[in-house]
Amino acid sequence: MSLFAEAFAWILDPANWVGPDGIAANLWFHLVFSLSVVAAAAVVALPIGAVIGHTGRGRETAVVVSGGLRALPTLGLLVLVALALGVGILAPFLALMVLAIPPVLAGAYAGVGAVDRRTVDAARGMGMTEAQIIAKVELPLALPTIMGGIRSAVLQVVATATLAAYVGGPGLGTYLFLGLQTRDYPLTLAASILVIALALVLDGVFAGLQRLVVPAGVVAARDTDRLRSRPSRSGAAAG
Amino acid sequence: MRSVTGKGRLVALAAVAVGATVALAGCASGDPLDDEPSSGDGGGETIVIGSQEYYSNEIIAEIYAQALEANGYTVQRDFNIGQREVYLPELEAGNIDLFPEYTGNLLQYYVPDTTAKTSDDVYAELEGALPDGLRVLDQSSATDQDSYNVTREFSDENGVTSLADLKDVSTPITLGGNAELETRPYGPEGLQDVYGVEVGFTAIQDSGGALTLKALTDGQVQMVNIYSADPNIATNDLVTLEDPEGLFLASNVVPIASEKVTDEVAAIINEVSAAMTAEDLVQLNSESVNDQRSADDIAADWLSEQGLA
Repeated sequence: MSLFAEAFAWILDPANWVGPDGIAANLWFHLVFSLSVVAAAAVVALPIGAVIGHTGRGRETAVVVSGGLRALPTLGLLVLVALALGVGILAPFLALMVLAIPPVLAGAYAGVGAVDRRTVDAARGMGMTEAQIIAKVELPLALPTIMGGIRSAVLQVVATATLAAYVGGPGLGTYLFLGLQTRDYPLTLAASILVIALALVLDGVFAGLQRLVVPAGVVAARDTDRLRSRPSRSGAAAG
Repeated sequence: MRSVTGKGRLVALAAVAVGATVALAGCASGDPLDDEPSSGDGGGETIVIGSQEYYSNEIIAEIYAQALEANGYTVQRDFNIGQREVYLPELEAGNIDLFPEYTGNLLQYYVPDTTAKTSDDVYAELEGALPDGLRVLDQSSATDQDSYNVTREFSDENGVTSLADLKDVSTPITLGGNAELETRPYGPEGLQDVYGVEVGFTAIQDSGGALTLKALTDGQVQMVNIYSADPNIATNDLVTLEDPEGLFLASNVVPIASEKVTDEVAAIINEVSAAMTAEDLVQLNSESVNDQRSADDIAADWLSEQGLA
Protein backbone atom coordinates (compact mmCIF):
# COMPACT_ATOMS: atom_id res chain seq x y z
CA MET A 1 0.00 0.00 0.00
CA SER A 2 2.83 2.36 0.81
CA LEU A 3 3.98 2.00 -2.80
CA PHE A 4 0.68 3.53 -3.93
CA ALA A 5 0.93 6.22 -1.26
CA GLU A 6 4.43 7.12 -2.44
CA ALA A 7 3.34 7.12 -6.06
CA PHE A 8 0.44 9.46 -5.37
CA ALA A 9 2.63 11.65 -3.20
CA TRP A 10 5.01 12.00 -6.15
CA ILE A 11 2.16 12.89 -8.50
CA LEU A 12 0.69 15.39 -6.06
CA ASP A 13 3.97 17.14 -5.34
CA PRO A 14 3.72 20.42 -7.29
CA ALA A 15 7.51 20.56 -7.62
CA ASN A 16 7.36 17.53 -9.94
CA TRP A 17 4.99 19.28 -12.34
CA VAL A 18 7.15 22.16 -13.45
CA GLY A 19 10.22 22.49 -15.65
CA PRO A 20 11.18 20.93 -18.97
CA ASP A 21 11.27 17.44 -17.41
CA GLY A 22 8.17 18.06 -15.29
CA ILE A 23 4.93 16.11 -15.37
CA ALA A 24 3.06 18.95 -17.08
CA ALA A 25 5.51 19.08 -19.97
CA ASN A 26 5.65 15.32 -20.38
CA LEU A 27 1.88 14.90 -20.04
CA TRP A 28 1.30 17.60 -22.64
CA PHE A 29 3.79 16.04 -25.02
CA HIS A 30 2.25 12.61 -24.47
CA LEU A 31 -1.22 13.96 -25.27
CA VAL A 32 -0.27 16.02 -28.32
CA PHE A 33 2.01 13.29 -29.65
CA SER A 34 -0.63 10.56 -29.28
CA LEU A 35 -3.37 12.62 -30.90
CA SER A 36 -1.06 13.61 -33.75
CA VAL A 37 -0.21 9.96 -34.36
CA VAL A 38 -3.89 9.03 -34.53
CA ALA A 39 -4.67 12.03 -36.73
CA ALA A 40 -1.92 11.01 -39.15
CA ALA A 41 -3.15 7.43 -39.10
CA ALA A 42 -6.67 8.66 -39.82
CA VAL A 43 -5.47 10.68 -42.81
CA VAL A 44 -4.01 7.49 -44.24
CA ALA A 45 -6.65 4.98 -43.19
CA LEU A 46 -9.98 6.83 -43.52
CA PRO A 47 -9.96 7.38 -47.29
CA ILE A 48 -8.82 3.82 -47.91
CA GLY A 49 -11.42 2.46 -45.51
CA ALA A 50 -14.18 4.57 -47.06
CA VAL A 51 -13.36 3.36 -50.56
CA ILE A 52 -13.21 -0.27 -49.42
CA GLY A 53 -16.50 0.08 -47.59
CA HIS A 54 -18.15 1.83 -50.52
CA THR A 55 -17.04 -0.52 -53.25
CA GLY A 56 -16.92 -3.67 -51.14
CA ARG A 57 -13.69 -4.46 -52.99
CA GLY A 58 -10.39 -5.12 -51.25
CA ARG A 59 -12.07 -5.92 -47.98
CA GLU A 60 -10.36 -9.28 -47.62
CA THR A 61 -6.98 -7.67 -48.32
CA ALA A 62 -7.68 -4.95 -45.77
CA VAL A 63 -8.60 -7.55 -43.15
CA VAL A 64 -5.42 -9.52 -43.79
CA VAL A 65 -3.12 -6.50 -43.95
CA SER A 66 -4.54 -4.75 -40.90
CA GLY A 67 -4.51 -8.04 -39.00
CA GLY A 68 -0.87 -8.44 -39.91
CA LEU A 69 -0.07 -4.89 -38.83
CA ARG A 70 -1.81 -5.49 -35.52
CA ALA A 71 0.40 -8.50 -34.90
CA LEU A 72 3.61 -6.47 -35.26
CA PRO A 73 5.20 -5.87 -31.88
CA THR A 74 5.51 -2.12 -31.62
CA LEU A 75 8.78 -2.16 -29.69
CA GLY A 76 10.48 -4.30 -32.32
CA LEU A 77 9.14 -2.11 -35.08
CA LEU A 78 10.25 0.99 -33.21
CA VAL A 79 13.82 -0.26 -32.95
CA LEU A 80 13.86 -1.15 -36.66
CA VAL A 81 12.56 2.26 -37.68
CA ALA A 82 14.90 4.03 -35.28
CA LEU A 83 17.85 2.12 -36.71
CA ALA A 84 16.93 3.53 -40.11
CA LEU A 85 16.00 7.06 -39.05
CA GLY A 86 17.98 7.60 -35.87
CA VAL A 87 16.71 8.34 -32.39
CA GLY A 88 14.17 11.04 -31.75
CA ILE A 89 10.41 11.26 -32.05
CA LEU A 90 9.98 10.46 -35.74
CA ALA A 91 10.66 6.74 -35.28
CA PRO A 92 8.07 6.28 -32.49
CA PHE A 93 5.65 8.43 -34.50
CA LEU A 94 5.82 6.04 -37.46
CA ALA A 95 5.82 2.90 -35.32
CA LEU A 96 2.74 4.07 -33.46
CA MET A 97 1.01 4.99 -36.71
CA VAL A 98 1.30 1.36 -37.70
CA LEU A 99 -0.40 0.51 -34.41
CA ALA A 100 -3.16 3.07 -34.99
CA ILE A 101 -3.99 2.35 -38.63
CA PRO A 102 -5.72 -1.06 -38.23
CA PRO A 103 -8.48 0.05 -35.82
CA VAL A 104 -9.14 3.25 -37.79
CA LEU A 105 -9.20 1.33 -41.06
CA ALA A 106 -11.49 -1.34 -39.66
CA GLY A 107 -13.86 1.29 -38.27
CA ALA A 108 -13.97 3.02 -41.66
CA TYR A 109 -14.61 0.03 -43.90
CA ALA A 110 -16.95 -1.66 -41.46
CA GLY A 111 -18.91 1.53 -40.88
CA VAL A 112 -19.23 2.49 -44.53
CA GLY A 113 -19.84 -1.10 -45.60
CA ALA A 114 -22.66 -1.46 -43.07
CA VAL A 115 -24.70 1.42 -44.46
CA ASP A 116 -28.01 0.06 -45.70
CA ARG A 117 -27.72 -0.62 -49.45
CA ARG A 118 -31.26 0.70 -49.98
CA THR A 119 -30.18 4.07 -48.61
CA VAL A 120 -27.26 4.10 -51.00
CA ASP A 121 -29.48 3.06 -53.90
CA ALA A 122 -31.95 5.79 -53.01
CA ALA A 123 -29.10 8.34 -53.02
CA ARG A 124 -27.94 7.05 -56.38
CA GLY A 125 -31.49 7.21 -57.68
CA MET A 126 -31.64 10.86 -56.70
CA GLY A 127 -28.71 11.50 -59.01
CA MET A 128 -25.87 11.72 -56.51
CA THR A 129 -22.38 10.95 -57.80
CA GLU A 130 -20.38 8.18 -56.10
CA ALA A 131 -18.22 10.81 -54.36
CA GLN A 132 -21.34 12.56 -53.11
CA ILE A 133 -22.75 9.27 -51.86
CA ILE A 134 -19.59 8.62 -49.86
CA ALA A 135 -19.32 12.14 -48.49
CA LYS A 136 -22.96 12.95 -47.85
CA VAL A 137 -24.62 9.61 -47.15
CA GLU A 138 -22.19 6.87 -46.18
CA LEU A 139 -19.66 8.78 -44.09
CA PRO A 140 -22.24 10.57 -41.92
CA LEU A 141 -24.08 7.29 -41.31
CA ALA A 142 -20.79 5.51 -40.61
CA LEU A 143 -19.43 8.20 -38.30
CA PRO A 144 -20.28 6.43 -35.02
CA THR A 145 -18.41 3.30 -36.14
CA ILE A 146 -15.53 5.40 -37.51
CA MET A 147 -15.29 7.28 -34.23
CA GLY A 148 -15.29 3.93 -32.47
CA GLY A 149 -12.25 2.91 -34.49
CA ILE A 150 -10.49 6.18 -33.72
CA ARG A 151 -11.36 5.84 -30.06
CA SER A 152 -9.82 2.39 -29.97
CA ALA A 153 -6.71 3.69 -31.75
CA VAL A 154 -6.34 6.57 -29.29
CA LEU A 155 -6.51 4.22 -26.34
CA GLN A 156 -3.84 1.93 -27.77
CA VAL A 157 -1.55 4.75 -28.84
CA VAL A 158 -1.74 6.63 -25.54
CA ALA A 159 -0.81 3.48 -23.66
CA THR A 160 1.98 2.56 -26.08
CA ALA A 161 3.41 6.06 -26.59
CA THR A 162 5.48 5.42 -23.46
CA LEU A 163 7.85 3.63 -25.86
CA ALA A 164 8.92 6.98 -27.32
CA ALA A 165 11.21 7.31 -24.31
CA TYR A 166 13.03 4.17 -25.45
CA VAL A 167 14.65 6.13 -28.26
CA GLY A 168 15.21 9.43 -26.56
CA GLY A 169 11.76 10.98 -26.94
CA PRO A 170 9.97 12.75 -24.09
CA GLY A 171 6.58 11.77 -22.67
CA LEU A 172 5.38 9.82 -19.68
CA GLY A 173 7.53 6.85 -20.69
CA THR A 174 10.64 8.66 -19.45
CA TYR A 175 9.45 8.18 -15.86
CA LEU A 176 8.62 4.52 -16.53
CA PHE A 177 12.06 3.65 -17.86
CA LEU A 178 13.89 5.74 -15.29
CA GLY A 179 11.88 4.16 -12.47
CA LEU A 180 12.44 0.64 -13.76
CA GLN A 181 16.17 1.04 -14.12
CA THR A 182 16.84 2.84 -10.87
CA ARG A 183 14.50 0.56 -8.89
CA ASP A 184 12.34 3.59 -8.12
CA TYR A 185 9.07 1.66 -8.27
CA PRO A 186 6.90 4.44 -6.86
CA LEU A 187 8.02 6.50 -9.86
CA THR A 188 7.17 3.64 -12.23
CA LEU A 189 3.78 3.26 -10.61
CA ALA A 190 3.16 7.01 -10.67
CA ALA A 191 3.96 7.10 -14.40
CA SER A 192 1.60 4.18 -15.00
CA ILE A 193 -1.15 5.92 -13.07
CA LEU A 194 -0.69 9.07 -15.16
CA VAL A 195 -0.84 7.06 -18.39
CA ILE A 196 -3.97 5.24 -17.21
CA ALA A 197 -5.61 8.51 -16.16
CA LEU A 198 -4.82 10.12 -19.50
CA ALA A 199 -6.11 7.06 -21.36
CA LEU A 200 -9.36 7.00 -19.37
CA VAL A 201 -9.99 10.71 -19.81
CA LEU A 202 -9.38 10.50 -23.57
CA ASP A 203 -11.55 7.40 -23.83
CA GLY A 204 -14.33 9.27 -22.05
CA VAL A 205 -13.97 12.23 -24.39
CA PHE A 206 -14.07 10.02 -27.47
CA ALA A 207 -17.00 8.02 -26.11
CA GLY A 208 -18.84 11.35 -25.82
CA LEU A 209 -17.82 12.31 -29.38
CA GLN A 210 -18.99 8.93 -30.61
CA ARG A 211 -22.48 9.67 -29.25
CA LEU A 212 -22.48 13.22 -30.53
CA VAL A 213 -21.73 12.29 -34.13
CA VAL A 214 -24.67 9.92 -34.53
CA PRO A 215 -26.87 11.58 -37.18
CA ALA A 216 -30.29 12.51 -35.80
CA GLY A 217 -32.24 10.21 -38.09
CA VAL A 218 -30.13 7.19 -37.26
CA VAL A 219 -31.02 7.15 -33.58
CA ALA A 220 -34.70 6.65 -34.32
CA ALA A 221 -34.14 4.24 -37.17
CA ARG A 222 -31.63 2.07 -35.34
CA ASP A 223 -34.05 -0.09 -33.36
CA THR A 224 -36.23 -1.02 -36.31
CA ASP A 225 -33.12 -1.68 -38.37
CA ARG A 226 -31.74 -4.03 -35.78
CA LEU A 227 -35.01 -5.91 -35.56
CA ARG A 228 -35.06 -6.35 -39.30
CA SER A 229 -31.50 -7.49 -39.77
CA ARG A 230 -31.29 -9.95 -36.93
CA PRO A 231 -33.57 -12.77 -38.21
CA SER A 232 -31.98 -12.80 -41.65
CA ARG A 233 -28.47 -12.96 -40.23
CA SER A 234 -29.18 -15.86 -37.87
CA GLY A 235 -31.02 -17.58 -40.75
CA ALA A 236 -27.87 -17.42 -42.82
CA ALA A 237 -25.74 -18.81 -40.04
CA ALA A 238 -28.11 -21.75 -39.56
CA GLY A 239 -28.14 -22.52 -43.26
CA MET B 1 -23.34 -19.17 -46.90
CA ARG B 2 -20.01 -20.63 -47.76
CA SER B 3 -18.30 -17.68 -46.21
CA VAL B 4 -20.37 -18.08 -43.08
CA THR B 5 -19.28 -21.66 -42.52
CA GLY B 6 -15.74 -20.65 -43.45
CA LYS B 7 -15.80 -18.00 -40.77
CA GLY B 8 -17.31 -20.45 -38.32
CA ARG B 9 -14.42 -22.80 -38.92
CA LEU B 10 -11.93 -19.98 -38.49
CA VAL B 11 -13.53 -19.03 -35.21
CA ALA B 12 -13.36 -22.64 -34.06
CA LEU B 13 -9.72 -22.84 -35.09
CA ALA B 14 -8.92 -19.61 -33.30
CA ALA B 15 -10.71 -20.84 -30.21
CA VAL B 16 -8.69 -24.05 -30.23
CA ALA B 17 -5.46 -22.12 -30.76
CA VAL B 18 -6.20 -19.71 -27.94
CA GLY B 19 -7.30 -22.55 -25.68
CA ALA B 20 -4.16 -24.54 -26.41
CA THR B 21 -1.96 -21.52 -25.78
CA VAL B 22 -3.63 -20.85 -22.47
CA ALA B 23 -3.36 -24.50 -21.49
CA LEU B 24 0.33 -24.65 -22.44
CA ALA B 25 1.02 -21.39 -20.64
CA GLY B 26 -0.63 -22.93 -17.63
CA CYS B 27 1.75 -25.90 -17.75
CA ALA B 28 4.76 -23.62 -18.00
CA SER B 29 3.52 -21.19 -15.43
CA GLY B 30 5.12 -20.56 -12.10
CA ASP B 31 8.17 -18.62 -11.17
CA PRO B 32 11.25 -20.22 -12.75
CA LEU B 33 13.11 -19.19 -9.61
CA ASP B 34 10.66 -21.04 -7.46
CA ASP B 35 11.71 -24.59 -8.14
CA GLU B 36 14.06 -25.51 -5.36
CA PRO B 37 17.26 -27.09 -6.59
CA SER B 38 16.60 -30.80 -6.54
CA SER B 39 19.21 -31.98 -4.15
CA GLY B 40 20.23 -35.55 -3.68
CA ASP B 41 19.75 -36.99 -7.16
CA GLY B 42 22.62 -39.42 -7.22
CA GLY B 43 24.94 -37.98 -4.61
CA GLY B 44 26.54 -34.54 -4.99
CA GLU B 45 24.39 -31.48 -4.49
CA THR B 46 23.25 -29.57 -7.55
CA ILE B 47 24.82 -26.15 -7.92
CA VAL B 48 22.42 -23.57 -9.30
CA ILE B 49 24.12 -21.00 -11.51
CA GLY B 50 22.34 -17.83 -12.51
CA SER B 51 23.08 -15.11 -15.02
CA GLN B 52 21.91 -11.65 -15.92
CA GLU B 53 19.87 -10.90 -18.99
CA TYR B 54 23.06 -9.82 -20.73
CA TYR B 55 24.69 -12.01 -23.33
CA SER B 56 28.20 -11.48 -21.98
CA ASN B 57 27.14 -12.37 -18.45
CA GLU B 58 25.47 -15.51 -19.75
CA ILE B 59 28.66 -16.59 -21.48
CA ILE B 60 30.58 -16.26 -18.21
CA ALA B 61 27.87 -18.17 -16.35
CA GLU B 62 28.00 -20.88 -19.00
CA ILE B 63 31.79 -21.09 -18.56
CA TYR B 64 31.31 -21.57 -14.81
CA ALA B 65 28.70 -24.24 -15.51
CA GLN B 66 30.81 -26.20 -17.96
CA ALA B 67 33.93 -25.92 -15.80
CA LEU B 68 32.03 -27.46 -12.90
CA GLU B 69 30.44 -30.12 -15.08
CA ALA B 70 33.87 -31.06 -16.38
CA ASN B 71 34.83 -31.72 -12.77
CA GLY B 72 31.86 -33.98 -12.17
CA TYR B 73 29.46 -31.58 -10.52
CA THR B 74 25.77 -31.41 -11.32
CA VAL B 75 24.73 -27.96 -12.41
CA GLN B 76 21.39 -26.31 -12.92
CA ARG B 77 21.26 -23.20 -15.11
CA ASP B 78 18.90 -20.39 -14.16
CA PHE B 79 20.03 -17.91 -16.78
CA ASN B 80 18.62 -14.64 -18.01
CA ILE B 81 17.34 -13.19 -14.79
CA GLY B 82 16.89 -9.46 -15.29
CA GLN B 83 17.85 -7.12 -12.55
CA ARG B 84 19.90 -7.18 -9.37
CA GLU B 85 16.87 -6.59 -7.20
CA VAL B 86 15.42 -9.80 -8.60
CA TYR B 87 18.38 -12.15 -8.45
CA LEU B 88 20.26 -10.91 -5.41
CA PRO B 89 17.39 -11.78 -3.03
CA GLU B 90 17.29 -15.22 -4.69
CA LEU B 91 20.99 -15.64 -3.95
CA GLU B 92 20.47 -14.51 -0.36
CA ALA B 93 17.60 -16.98 -0.02
CA GLY B 94 19.85 -19.79 -1.25
CA ASN B 95 17.90 -20.49 -4.45
CA ILE B 96 20.90 -19.61 -6.59
CA ASP B 97 24.44 -20.57 -5.61
CA LEU B 98 26.75 -18.95 -8.10
CA PHE B 99 26.41 -15.80 -10.18
CA PRO B 100 28.87 -13.83 -12.32
CA GLU B 101 28.89 -10.21 -11.22
CA TYR B 102 30.87 -7.01 -11.67
CA THR B 103 32.62 -5.58 -8.63
CA GLY B 104 31.97 -1.87 -9.15
CA ASN B 105 28.32 -2.10 -10.11
CA LEU B 106 27.61 -4.64 -7.38
CA LEU B 107 29.32 -2.47 -4.77
CA GLN B 108 27.24 0.50 -5.88
CA TYR B 109 24.13 -1.61 -5.40
CA TYR B 110 24.98 -2.26 -1.75
CA VAL B 111 26.85 0.99 -1.03
CA PRO B 112 25.41 3.64 -3.36
CA ASP B 113 27.70 6.43 -2.13
CA THR B 114 30.93 4.44 -2.10
CA THR B 115 34.13 6.36 -2.80
CA ALA B 116 36.23 3.36 -3.82
CA LYS B 117 37.57 3.64 -7.36
CA THR B 118 40.40 1.21 -8.03
CA SER B 119 39.94 -2.52 -8.59
CA ASP B 120 41.51 -3.48 -5.27
CA ASP B 121 39.65 -0.87 -3.20
CA VAL B 122 36.35 -1.83 -4.77
CA TYR B 123 36.98 -5.53 -4.18
CA ALA B 124 38.03 -4.98 -0.59
CA GLU B 125 34.98 -2.89 0.20
CA LEU B 126 32.70 -5.33 -1.60
CA GLU B 127 33.88 -8.22 0.58
CA GLY B 128 32.55 -6.40 3.62
CA ALA B 129 29.39 -5.10 1.97
CA LEU B 130 27.82 -8.41 0.97
CA PRO B 131 24.97 -9.71 3.14
CA ASP B 132 25.44 -12.75 5.37
CA GLY B 133 25.62 -16.03 3.52
CA LEU B 134 27.12 -14.54 0.36
CA ARG B 135 30.77 -14.14 -0.51
CA VAL B 136 32.83 -13.06 -3.48
CA LEU B 137 35.34 -15.47 -4.95
CA ASP B 138 38.56 -14.17 -6.55
CA GLN B 139 38.03 -11.35 -9.02
CA SER B 140 39.14 -11.73 -12.59
CA SER B 141 41.37 -9.24 -14.35
CA ALA B 142 38.66 -9.02 -17.00
CA THR B 143 36.61 -5.85 -16.63
CA ASP B 144 33.30 -4.84 -18.06
CA GLN B 145 32.43 -1.38 -16.90
CA ASP B 146 30.75 1.78 -18.02
CA SER B 147 32.93 3.82 -20.35
CA TYR B 148 32.46 6.94 -22.45
CA ASN B 149 33.20 6.59 -26.14
CA VAL B 150 33.42 8.99 -29.05
CA THR B 151 33.91 8.43 -32.76
CA ARG B 152 37.45 8.39 -34.15
CA GLU B 153 36.54 11.45 -36.20
CA PHE B 154 35.43 13.41 -33.13
CA SER B 155 38.54 12.35 -31.26
CA ASP B 156 40.86 13.47 -34.10
CA GLU B 157 39.05 16.74 -34.83
CA ASN B 158 39.02 17.87 -31.23
CA GLY B 159 42.17 16.19 -30.02
CA VAL B 160 40.23 14.29 -27.37
CA THR B 161 41.51 11.02 -25.94
CA SER B 162 40.63 11.56 -22.30
CA LEU B 163 37.64 12.85 -20.40
CA ALA B 164 39.93 15.64 -19.15
CA ASP B 165 40.32 16.88 -22.76
CA LEU B 166 36.59 17.43 -23.13
CA LYS B 167 36.50 20.81 -21.43
CA ASP B 168 38.48 22.30 -24.32
CA VAL B 169 35.94 21.17 -26.91
CA SER B 170 34.09 24.24 -28.21
CA THR B 171 31.05 22.51 -29.70
CA PRO B 172 28.26 21.31 -27.40
CA ILE B 173 28.45 17.68 -26.36
CA THR B 174 25.42 15.47 -25.84
CA LEU B 175 25.82 12.25 -23.94
CA GLY B 176 23.71 9.22 -24.90
CA GLY B 177 22.87 6.32 -22.62
CA ASN B 178 20.13 4.63 -20.64
CA ALA B 179 17.78 6.96 -18.76
CA GLU B 180 19.27 6.06 -15.38
CA LEU B 181 22.69 7.35 -16.47
CA GLU B 182 21.38 10.86 -15.91
CA THR B 183 20.98 10.08 -12.20
CA ARG B 184 24.21 8.10 -11.72
CA PRO B 185 27.23 9.59 -9.92
CA TYR B 186 29.25 9.20 -13.14
CA GLY B 187 26.52 10.82 -15.28
CA PRO B 188 26.37 14.43 -16.49
CA GLU B 189 26.70 15.75 -12.93
CA GLY B 190 29.81 13.68 -12.28
CA LEU B 191 31.36 14.90 -15.52
CA GLN B 192 30.71 18.46 -14.37
CA ASP B 193 32.08 17.88 -10.87
CA VAL B 194 35.12 15.80 -11.76
CA TYR B 195 36.15 17.16 -15.17
CA GLY B 196 34.33 20.49 -15.37
CA VAL B 197 32.59 19.39 -18.56
CA GLU B 198 29.02 20.39 -19.30
CA VAL B 199 27.09 17.89 -21.42
CA GLY B 200 23.52 17.51 -22.58
CA PHE B 201 21.80 14.18 -22.24
CA THR B 202 19.67 11.98 -24.50
CA ALA B 203 18.14 8.82 -23.12
CA ILE B 204 18.49 5.81 -25.40
CA GLN B 205 17.28 2.69 -23.70
CA ASP B 206 19.21 -0.09 -25.37
CA SER B 207 22.21 -0.16 -23.01
CA GLY B 208 24.79 0.89 -25.57
CA GLY B 209 23.32 -1.26 -28.34
CA ALA B 210 22.61 -0.62 -31.99
CA LEU B 211 20.40 2.42 -31.42
CA THR B 212 23.03 4.11 -29.28
CA LEU B 213 25.71 3.44 -31.90
CA LYS B 214 23.44 4.77 -34.62
CA ALA B 215 22.82 7.97 -32.67
CA LEU B 216 26.58 8.40 -32.23
CA THR B 217 27.54 7.78 -35.84
CA ASP B 218 24.68 10.03 -37.03
CA GLY B 219 25.94 12.80 -34.78
CA GLN B 220 22.73 13.01 -32.75
CA VAL B 221 24.92 12.50 -29.71
CA GLN B 222 28.68 12.99 -29.49
CA MET B 223 29.52 10.62 -26.66
CA VAL B 224 27.93 7.37 -25.56
CA ASN B 225 28.11 5.06 -22.59
CA ILE B 226 29.08 1.55 -23.71
CA TYR B 227 30.37 -1.32 -21.58
CA SER B 228 34.10 -1.53 -21.99
CA ALA B 229 34.05 -5.19 -23.08
CA ASP B 230 31.61 -4.47 -25.90
CA PRO B 231 33.12 -5.61 -29.23
CA ASN B 232 31.20 -2.81 -30.97
CA ILE B 233 33.80 -0.36 -29.70
CA ALA B 234 36.43 -2.00 -31.90
CA THR B 235 34.05 -2.85 -34.74
CA ASN B 236 32.99 0.79 -35.08
CA ASP B 237 36.46 2.19 -34.44
CA LEU B 238 35.32 4.16 -31.42
CA VAL B 239 37.69 5.83 -29.01
CA THR B 240 37.18 5.01 -25.35
CA LEU B 241 38.09 8.12 -23.40
CA GLU B 242 40.54 7.65 -20.58
CA ASP B 243 39.37 8.38 -17.09
CA PRO B 244 42.42 9.72 -15.19
CA GLU B 245 40.40 11.09 -12.26
CA GLY B 246 38.49 7.85 -11.69
CA LEU B 247 34.96 8.95 -12.56
CA PHE B 248 33.97 5.34 -13.08
CA LEU B 249 34.36 2.60 -10.53
CA ALA B 250 36.54 -0.26 -11.67
CA SER B 251 34.28 -3.19 -12.37
CA ASN B 252 35.99 -6.54 -12.61
CA VAL B 253 34.21 -9.78 -13.30
CA VAL B 254 33.67 -11.53 -9.98
CA PRO B 255 31.62 -14.58 -9.00
CA ILE B 256 29.36 -14.28 -5.98
CA ALA B 257 28.68 -17.53 -4.19
CA SER B 258 26.28 -18.87 -1.59
CA GLU B 259 27.29 -21.04 1.36
CA LYS B 260 26.59 -24.13 -0.73
CA VAL B 261 29.67 -23.39 -2.82
CA THR B 262 32.38 -25.48 -1.19
CA ASP B 263 36.08 -24.65 -1.26
CA GLU B 264 36.64 -27.26 -3.98
CA VAL B 265 34.01 -25.63 -6.17
CA ALA B 266 35.45 -22.21 -5.38
CA ALA B 267 38.89 -23.41 -6.43
CA ILE B 268 37.61 -24.47 -9.86
CA ILE B 269 35.87 -21.13 -10.39
CA ASN B 270 38.91 -19.19 -9.17
CA GLU B 271 40.98 -20.96 -11.81
CA VAL B 272 38.52 -19.75 -14.44
CA SER B 273 38.66 -16.18 -13.11
CA ALA B 274 42.45 -16.23 -13.08
CA ALA B 275 42.59 -17.45 -16.67
CA MET B 276 40.18 -14.87 -18.06
CA THR B 277 41.77 -11.64 -19.31
CA ALA B 278 40.09 -8.44 -20.39
CA GLU B 279 40.97 -9.28 -24.02
CA ASP B 280 39.44 -12.73 -23.59
CA LEU B 281 36.16 -11.19 -22.49
CA VAL B 282 36.03 -8.84 -25.48
CA GLN B 283 36.83 -11.79 -27.74
CA LEU B 284 34.10 -13.94 -26.15
CA ASN B 285 31.61 -11.12 -26.59
CA SER B 286 32.69 -10.62 -30.16
CA GLU B 287 32.06 -14.28 -30.96
CA SER B 288 28.53 -13.81 -29.66
CA VAL B 289 27.80 -10.44 -31.29
CA ASN B 290 29.72 -10.68 -34.56
CA ASP B 291 29.73 -14.43 -35.18
CA GLN B 292 26.32 -15.16 -33.63
CA ARG B 293 27.62 -18.21 -31.81
CA SER B 294 25.78 -19.67 -28.83
CA ALA B 295 27.01 -19.14 -25.29
CA ASP B 296 27.28 -22.90 -25.07
CA ASP B 297 29.81 -23.21 -27.93
CA ILE B 298 31.76 -20.10 -26.96
CA ALA B 299 32.18 -21.35 -23.40
CA ALA B 300 33.19 -24.85 -24.47
CA ASP B 301 35.84 -23.54 -26.89
CA TRP B 302 37.33 -21.10 -24.42
CA LEU B 303 37.54 -23.72 -21.66
CA SER B 304 39.29 -26.21 -23.90
CA GLU B 305 41.70 -23.50 -25.14
CA GLN B 306 42.58 -22.75 -21.54
CA GLY B 307 42.87 -26.44 -20.74
CA LEU B 308 40.21 -26.10 -18.06
CA ALA B 309 37.79 -28.66 -19.46
